[in-house]
Amino acid sequence: MKLESKTPAGPLADKWNNHKAKLRLVSPANRRKYHVIVVGSGLAGSAAAASFAEMGFQVSCFCYQDSPRRAHSIAAQGGINAAKNYQNDGDSVRRLFQDTIKGGDYRAREANVYRLAQVSTNIIDQCVAQGVPFAREYGGLLANRSFGGAQVSRTFYARGQTGQQLLLGAYSALSRQIGLGAVKMYTRHEMLDLVLIDGKAKGIVTRDLVTGAVESWASDVVVVCTGGYGNVFYLSTNAQGCNVTATFRAHRRGAGFANPCYTQIHPTCIPVHGEDQAKLTLMSESLRNDGRVWVPKNTTDTAKPAAEIPEEARDYFLERKYPSYGNLAPRDIASRAAKEVCDEGRGVGQVIDGQRLGVYLDFSAAIKRLGESEVRARYGNLFDMYENITGENAYKQPMRIFPAVHYTMGGLWVDYNLQSNIPGLFVGGEANFSDHGANRLGASALMQGLADGYFVLPYTVTDYLAGVGLSDRPTTEAPEFKAAVKEVNERVAKLLAVNGTKSPRYYHKALGKITWEKCGMARDKAGLEGAIRDLQALRKDFWENVKVVGTGDQLAPELERAGRVADFLDFGIMMCLDALTREESCGGHFRTEFQDAGEAKRDDGQYAHAAVWEWQGEGQLPARHVEPLVYEETQLSTRSYK
Amino acid sequence: MVHGKSAHDGETTLALKLRVWRQSRGVPGHFEEHALAAVPTSASFLEMMDMLNEQLIRAGKDTFAFDHDCREGICGMCSMTINGMPHGPLPGVTTCQLHMRNFRDGETITVEPWRARAFPVIKDLAVNRSAFDKVIQAGGFITARVGSAPEANNTLIGKVVADEAMDAAECIGCGACVASCKNGSAMLFVGAKINHLNILPQGQPERERRTLAMVKTMDEAGFGNCTNYGECQAHCPKSITLDVIAKLNRDYLRARVKGFFSSTGKPSKGGD
Repeated sequence: MKLESKTPAGPLADKWNNHKAKLRLVSPANRRKYHVIVVGSGLAGSAAAASFAEMGFQVSCFCYQDSPRRAHSIAAQGGINAAKNYQNDGDSVRRLFQDTIKGGDYRAREANVYRLAQVSTNIIDQCVAQGVPFAREYGGLLANRSFGGAQVSRTFYARGQTGQQLLLGAYSALSRQIGLGAVKMYTRHEMLDLVLIDGKAKGIVTRDLVTGAVESWASDVVVVCTGGYGNVFYLSTNAQGCNVTATFRAHRRGAGFANPCYTQIHPTCIPVHGEDQAKLTLMSESLRNDGRVWVPKNTTDTAKPAAEIPEEARDYFLERKYPSYGNLAPRDIASRAAKEVCDEGRGVGQVIDGQRLGVYLDFSAAIKRLGESEVRARYGNLFDMYENITGENAYKQPMRIFPAVHYTMGGLWVDYNLQSNIPGLFVGGEANFSDHGANRLGASALMQGLADGYFVLPYTVTDYLAGVGLSDRPTTEAPEFKAAVKEVNERVAKLLAVNGTKSPRYYHKALGKITWEKCGMARDKAGLEGAIRDLQALRKDFWENVKVVGTGDQLAPELERAGRVADFLDFGIMMCLDALTREESCGGHFRTEFQDAGEAKRDDGQYAHAAVWEWQGEGQLPARHVEPLVYEETQLSTRSYK
Repeated sequence: MVHGKSAHDGETTLALKLRVWRQSRGVPGHFEEHALAAVPTSASFLEMMDMLNEQLIRAGKDTFAFDHDCREGICGMCSMTINGMPHGPLPGVTTCQLHMRNFRDGETITVEPWRARAFPVIKDLAVNRSAFDKVIQAGGFITARVGSAPEANNTLIGKVVADEAMDAAECIGCGACVASCKNGSAMLFVGAKINHLNILPQGQPERERRTLAMVKTMDEAGFGNCTNYGECQAHCPKSITLDVIAKLNRDYLRARVKGFFSSTGKPSKGGD
C-alpha cells in the first residue's frame, strides 16, 4: 500500500497557501461536464456538495436519512473553534494549532492541523453570511465561550445547538443548489459499495431504502463524508443510523483505514439506566465551564443524596489533579479520571452490574455566583433535556454524568489533499483520520467538517479532476458496475436468507458489550486478544443465526441494521487489532500496561506514526502499514494539564 | 419539564396494550394490537417501540417501521402520533424524548404516523416529508457563496435580534405542526424559517423574493392555510409560537405590496 502524505514543503505557516497556488484549475465552461458524487450530508458533505455546485460541477448527493438536514452533525451542542482572537486573550492561528496538536497527543499530521487552524476564521465568516444565529454581545459583536483543552475563549456558539445551526446553514446552501438543479439529492439511499475502474474510484452502488432498488452511479470522483463509527460500541451518543458501512465498503475495495483504535469517550454523558437502552445522551462540554465535577471522598457516602455530603467530604478530583485546567481538562483525561474514581468504588447513582457508574456535575456554586436565571440562560435547554431523561431537576441537585463513546478520530486514511490511497476517492469530516490525532478537543469536529467541506475539498478535488480529464468517465454499463451491483444484491439476499432466531439488535448489543469492555476507556493485551476471538465467534454466529424480518422491496429497518452490524463486526475486529498492536498509550487509546501513574505514556520512538490497515479478504485479519508522522516545527512533549 | 410525577424510579415497569398503525406502500392501512409487558418507566418511547419490535422478531413477524435517528430531540426525524397527539402528551418534547414514566400501567396507547395530505405514508409509521425540503429549496436560504463572505464582525447584530432569530431557527423540521393542524398547514414551519432569515441584516436583500417563493411552494405542495386553531404551537417540540405565522403573513403582504408598487412597467427580471 502506497502512503504518500503529499505534505507540501516550506514553513508550516506557508504550506497551504503555497500548495493552493500550485493546484490545477478547471475552467468554468468545463466544470459542468464533470460529475461529483458526495456521500453523506452532514457538515462536511453538505458543505462540499454546495461548494462544488456553486463552482459549477454536476453534483449528486446521497444520504440515508429522509432529509439532508437530519445528519448527525445536527446534534453537536457546544460550539465551533476559530482563531479570531475576538476576546483579546492572546489567541492566534499558531496557538489553535498548538492546542489541537497537543490535544491530539501528537498523533496527527502537523500540516493538516495547521491548515485547519488557518481556515477556522473563514468558517465563522461564511456561517455568519449564511445567517447562522451565533450568540452575540449586546453591542452586536459575536460572543465566545471557553472549552476543554484551551486557555483562551475561542468557541463560537448558538445556545446549546451549535451543530444544528451550522448544519442548517450548510443545508440551506445545499438546498439552494438543489433548487437550482445543480445538485441532485438522493435521500433514503445508502451507499453499499464503491466502484473502481483501473484502480480509480468511478462511482458507487446504493440501495434505495424505500423501494429496495439497488442502483449504481458513475462519476469522475467520489467524496465520502459519512461520519464516524462510534456505534461499533452499540451504546454511544451517535444517532441510531450512524454506521461504518460506506467507509468500510471503501476499505474492502482497497482504501486504507487509519487508526481505528482512536475513539473518543466523552466525559459528560447521562449514565446508563437499563438494559433496553438504545442510546446515550451527551451533556455539552460547555457545562464544565460552570459545573464542578466531584464524587464523595469516602466509599461509604456513595448511596447518600448529594445534599447530605458536606463540602469537606467531597473530592473535586479534576480540580485536585489538574489545577491549571481544572474541570476543563481534555476529554480523554477527564473521562479516565471519572472511570478511576468509580473503579475505586466512589461512583454515585444506581448500582448496575455491581458498580455505581456516575460522578456529580454540580452547579450549586455557579447558581450561587451567577443566579439561577443566568445559569438557565446559558444552559437551560440542557437542564431541560437532563430532566426529561432522568426525571431529576439539576437546579436542585447535581447532575450525574459518566463517560460515553462520542466521536471517532480514526477513519479512512487520506493524504494532505484529503484523497485516500484510491485515486478519486476523497474523504471529509469525521470519516477521515486527518486532524485530531489520538484525541479531539471540544468544538473541533464542527470546525473540521466545515473546513474540509468549504475550504479544502473544493480546491483539491478540482485539482484531481483537472488531472483526470474529460474523457475518462465510464457508464454504469461497464462490467465493474454490473459486478458490484450483483454483489450487493447477493449480500442483501444472503442476509434475508439466513432466517435464524436472533435479531440484528441482539448481535449489535453483543458486539457493543465486547468492544466497550475490552476496547473502551482502558485496554490491555489479554483483553484485546480475547475480544478478537470473541468477535470472530460472534461474526460466525451472526451469519448462521441472524433473523432479518421484512422484505427487500419495502422500507426494511431490520435489513438496514443487519447490513450495518455485519460491517461493524468485521470492523470491530480491526479496531481491536489496531489497539493491540499500538503498544503505547496516547489520547483516547489507553493501554493499562503503558502508563505513568494513571497518565498516558506515549512511545514516540516506536509509535509516532499512523497505523493504516489494508483489507486482506473475507475472514482474514487486515495487514498493518504505517505512515510516519514527521514533526517539523512541533516539539513533542508529555501532554500535561496539571 | 416533568409533570407532577414522582421522582424517577428505575425499578418500576409497565404492562401496556399497544394499537399501532400497520401499512404497506400503496395499500390501505389498519391498526394492529399488541400486548407488551415489563416496560421500564425509565425507557424512552422509542426504546419501548424497540422492545415491541424485538418481541415481533422473536415471533417471526415483521417489525413496525418508524423514523428516528439522533434520539436526543434535535434531528427532527422521529414522528409518531401518540394517543392522537403528535409527539405525545408532553409539551415541548419530541417522541424520542418522551419517557415511559409519563404513562400508566395497563394503559392502551395508540400509535399512528403523521396524518397529513402532504406527508404520504411510506410504511407503517414512516411518512415522506420531502415537501418541507422543497419549501426550503425554493427560498429558505441566504445566498452566500463560499469564498465571498465578509469579516464576521463587520455585521453588527444586536443580541435581541440575534436571540429572536435563534428562537425561530430552533425549528427541527419534524412536521408535528402539520400533523396537528386540521388544515394540514405548514405555516408554523415556514413562518419559523422566514422569521429566522427575514429579521437578520444578512437576510434583507432576498426578503421579498424568499417570502413569495416559499409561500408559493408551500401552497403547491398541498399544505393548507392557517385558520388560527393553534394546535401547531401546542405540539411543537421546540415551542415555536404562533407569532411567527403573524409575521409570515405580514412579510407576505409586504412583499406583494412592494412588488406591486415597485413595478416600472418593464417585464419582470426574475423573482416573483
